[in-house]
Amino acid sequence: MIPAGFEYHRPGDIASAIGILQEHGDEARVIAGGHSLIPMMKLRMAEMGHLVDLQAIDELKGIEVGSDTVTLGAMVTQHELITHDGLAAAIPLIREAALQIADPQVRYVGTVGGNVANGDPGNDMPGLMQCLNATFDLSGPDGNRSVAAREFYEAAYFTAREDEEILTRISIPVPGAGVGQAYEKQKRKIGDYATAAAAVMVGNGTASVAMTNLADTPVWSESASAALADGDVNGCVAAMLDAIEPVADNRGPVEFKKHVAGVMLRRAIDRAQNRAG
Amino acid sequence: MNDQTLTPEERAANLKGMGSSRKRVEDVRFTQGKGNYVDDIKLDGMLFGDFVRSPYAHARVVSVNKEAALALPGVIAVLTAEDLSPLGLHWMPTLAGDKQMVLADGKVLFQGQEVAFVVAEDRYIAADAAELVEVEYEELPVLTDPFEALKSDVVLREDLEGQTEGAHGPRKHHNHIFTWEQGDKDATEAILAEADVVAEEMVYYHRTHPCPLETCGSVASMDKVTGKLTLYGTFQAPHAIRTVVSLISGIAEHNIRVISPDIGGGFGNKVGAYAGYVCSVVASIVTGKPVKWVEDRMENLMSTAFARDYWMQGKIAATTDGKITGLWCHTTADHGGFDACADPTKFPAGFMNICTGSYDIPTAYLAVDGVYTNKAPGGVAYRCSFRVTEAAYFIERMIEVLAIKLNMDAAELRRINFIKADQFPYQSALGWEYDSGDYHTAWDKALKAVDYEGLRAEQAQRVEEFKAGKTRKLLGIGLTHFTEIVGAGPVKNCDILGLGMFDSCEIRIHPTGSAIARLGTISQGQGHATTFAQIIASEIGLPADDITLEEGDTDTAPYGLGTYGSRSTPVAGAATAMAARKIRAKAQMIAAYLLEVHDDDVEWDVDRFSVKGAPERFKTMKEIAFAAYNQAIPGLEPGLEAVSYYDPPNMTYPFGAYICVMEIDVDTGEWDVRKFYALDDCGTRINPMIIDGQVHGGVTEALAIAMGQEIAYDEMGNVKTGTLMDFFLPTAWETPNYITDYTVTPSPHHPIGAKGVGESPNVGGVPCFSNAVHDAFRPFGLVQSHMPHDHWRIWKIANGLGMHE
Ligand SMILES: Cc1cc2nc3c(=O)[nH]c(=O)nc-3n(C[C@H](O)[C@H](O)[C@H](O)COP(=O)(O)OP(=O)(O)OC[C@H]3O[C@@H](n4cnc5c(N)ncnc54)[C@H](O)[C@@H]3O)c2cc1C
Repeated sequence: MIPAGFEYHRPGDIASAIGILQEHGDEARVIAGGHSLIPMMKLRMAEMGHLVDLQAIDELKGIEVGSDTVTLGAMVTQHELITHDGLAAAIPLIREAALQIADPQVRYVGTVGGNVANGDPGNDMPGLMQCLNATFDLSGPDGNRSVAAREFYEAAYFTAREDEEILTRISIPVPGAGVGQAYEKQKRKIGDYATAAAAVMVGNGTASVAMTNLADTPVWSESASAALADGDVNGCVAAMLDAIEPVADNRGPVEFKKHVAGVMLRRAIDRAQNRAG
Repeated sequence: MNDQTLTPEERAANLKGMGSSRKRVEDVRFTQGKGNYVDDIKLDGMLFGDFVRSPYAHARVVSVNKEAALALPGVIAVLTAEDLSPLGLHWMPTLAGDKQMVLADGKVLFQGQEVAFVVAEDRYIAADAAELVEVEYEELPVLTDPFEALKSDVVLREDLEGQTEGAHGPRKHHNHIFTWEQGDKDATEAILAEADVVAEEMVYYHRTHPCPLETCGSVASMDKVTGKLTLYGTFQAPHAIRTVVSLISGIAEHNIRVISPDIGGGFGNKVGAYAGYVCSVVASIVTGKPVKWVEDRMENLMSTAFARDYWMQGKIAATTDGKITGLWCHTTADHGGFDACADPTKFPAGFMNICTGSYDIPTAYLAVDGVYTNKAPGGVAYRCSFRVTEAAYFIERMIEVLAIKLNMDAAELRRINFIKADQFPYQSALGWEYDSGDYHTAWDKALKAVDYEGLRAEQAQRVEEFKAGKTRKLLGIGLTHFTEIVGAGPVKNCDILGLGMFDSCEIRIHPTGSAIARLGTISQGQGHATTFAQIIASEIGLPADDITLEEGDTDTAPYGLGTYGSRSTPVAGAATAMAARKIRAKAQMIAAYLLEVHDDDVEWDVDRFSVKGAPERFKTMKEIAFAAYNQAIPGLEPGLEAVSYYDPPNMTYPFGAYICVMEIDVDTGEWDVRKFYALDDCGTRINPMIIDGQVHGGVTEALAIAMGQEIAYDEMGNVKTGTLMDFFLPTAWETPNYITDYTVTPSPHHPIGAKGVGESPNVGGVPCFSNAVHDAFRPFGLVQSHMPHDHWRIWKIANGLGMHE
């Protein structure tokens, strides 16, 4: 459990960070909270010559709560997501989901940017961001661009982000009054990734549902969301169960995961509907 | 404070002796991060060793190329079996009479097996160099199922080919290790054939791992000038390790000093000898420098001693009204690639023959077959005496299975079969003499404490609600009455590698009336420095706070067999009391001399000897201590010290009644422990707070084992649960609140009547949690289902019973 050697960089702004990434190509990797990356390095499943620490870049920090949009700096920690009252008032789903990630120690350091950029199907934030229809802002050598969370994930650990790009901010439309939200997660213990997790928004004739750790990417289902918007819970669950592709692992066999996925989704829908009032 | 103004009770309380919930003296350093563990030891010029391990479970090692690793700056040496064989150290003896490769000798038998040992200037270089060692493997067919292994043509242990006789008798097959039989086979089978009722079941206790917080490690330092080897390590039995190192290395025993510093949990994992210990010693001899080896978590889970992995086929016979008439058990024991089970020599399946449990079963038979497979070696007593948890799980499941067959309440079935208080000392059908017990009293107290009747009524109502579709949660009531056998053990039948399993204590009283005591045991978190001082305090009347306790340094401590199998209090605790009594006997003579009366005319009074009939004339132990060093007393040597080597006349038999109330969600398989009640009878209670702590910790480990913890392999022999992401260690969140309770039935043969408690909660806890799961589904037809009861397996029970339709 000892990582291979690397050079450590700590740039003070986004431009220098991108410069270092450009200079070293795929030899370089950014590190945010390190709580996904460092375990991989210790297992020697990730080896890179240059580690670019984003901690000193102020531009990547801060939570802004506007009337229509919330923006989160990539380096906002999961702990900050939980403790920011303005954020909890605007989009309660974020606090509810963040509280189910890992444990307090991990959340003090782990960042929202790292969680969504990582591309691990076990991460909770990607599904959540797809449910919320968030947009990710990326900065690279060729300038800035935005990618919808629903378009960002290609396969496990493969995302639309280019190697030399940095995820800078996440913008989330505020769902507005009358929209109930819920996050439901089954896990084996505190600090475990989901056996199955569901993020649900419903109300005002709209709905959005996404699930976590049931395929090699998060699963946001348009047809499931549409069914729920129409009030068809069974249709929503059926469409979602059709969209997921769980694999057997230590958490259990496929049939169990599919069953639990349905249970989590129904429970989340139930709670979200109650909250929609 | 004038002694004379205090009542005897007040004087006794000031000693903080037995019965006092004295705070743990160890915690001052542990809670401040000031413990001194193996990895804290730093010696001048120290090098670091790291292993190259096999990715395959069964393969021939075709070649090992060290060149690239040796070329890395900072790398000192790369050792392979070839380098160790001239010293005869490429294999080492195991505690079970087998031998084990230190480094792969031509082949590997389990994933994670040690292939080469890299020695470098620091641990980072060592880790990089380990990656550079090129090993060519030729994969061989893998056997992970012991039943298959006994049928397969594949020979795992080619080194044993043709050997039909093993350390424990005949071998029936090339992958067979031993058969161990106890009890009366014919009589038991005759009873089964004629019985009113026979319940039969396969009870599997899955493979798991003790997973101590601190992994295993050692620092070896060979001083070439003095010829003296100092070996620090995570040793639960430092003295035995010294003897073993001497025997296998040829270094004279007086030239070896073994030190167990603070140990961060052992739970049996640190009883055996590991390749890392041997390699650090060899590397230090070769390089002339101290060499440290400390494994990481994955190495610990993959390669050091596992626990359990017993397939126990059981048959239990009874009359129609529930009186048990016979018990039959055949166990297939998966020992992995080498038999490195840590048991007393004559007990290849440990004390599995305690499997008649708390019940008066007149006739019984047990056979255990040990089998080689492509898994890591081990088979240690993970927080239990040797194979006692397996035995307790087996009988407590068989009782439940029988209750189902008889359509009886399982609490009542237990009650009518308990050994009665007046039957002790009780001779069991499988050969043990239970020292003392009062099971009915404990059982009734437990049932009353949890309102057992009320719980059953609530459960019946829950079943109705479930059937009516009003709830998706079931209620399970888990029952267990366990009897342990601990305190190994009498030298006449208990030894490890020929070393009798006595233990020892040496006490020296200083002139000013404080003391130091040294024992042959070694604490790994049990709080020996706290509790053994309490025994001495009560025996000789000096305050526990004035008594230092030392263990773990073989140059200073008396010889003993170490700490595991709940043996410290039964054996070393007894030695402590006996040594203290020797001191008190001499103190009596000194007191009589000082008081100018005959020896028989003084009597012991808490912390002093006083003249019979004249209590105002006395000498305190403090005064006596000083006199021992400053007065010439006719007929007595100066000084005040004693040593005792205690060979216990019998084992001790702690017992307990545990009850668990569990809620189970049939849709997700999630569980929630609503209540856990643990009544322990460990005989005389030395420190109630430490007992509570031991129970809390042991039940938590039991919860882990029963509800999710396992070392699982895929069919290729890959370890699937090699990190704490998958290997279940409960956090504070999953850990329920425990209710502890007790009865006191002292051991009649132990000097202070104490029986040992550290392992009871694991022994009793595992069947209790498992029985709760089973009990929840009993009304729906479940008879038996294997642990661990993690979410998906519980879900599968519900699914199999049609609850998701
Ligand atoms: C014990 C434990 C339990 C956990 N349980 C959960 C859980 O239940 N749910 C869950 O969601 N997560 C869980 N995690 C993961 C945790 O939330 C991580 O913190 C998170 O996945 C990654 O965030 P980070 O800031 O630590 O990123 P890092 O580990 O530093 O980085 C992760 C990856 O993202 C890249 N990256 C990071 N930031 C950026 C950026 N701004 N732009 C571009 N690329 C970037 C890195 O290069 C790296 O490849 C757990 C972790 C641990 C150790």
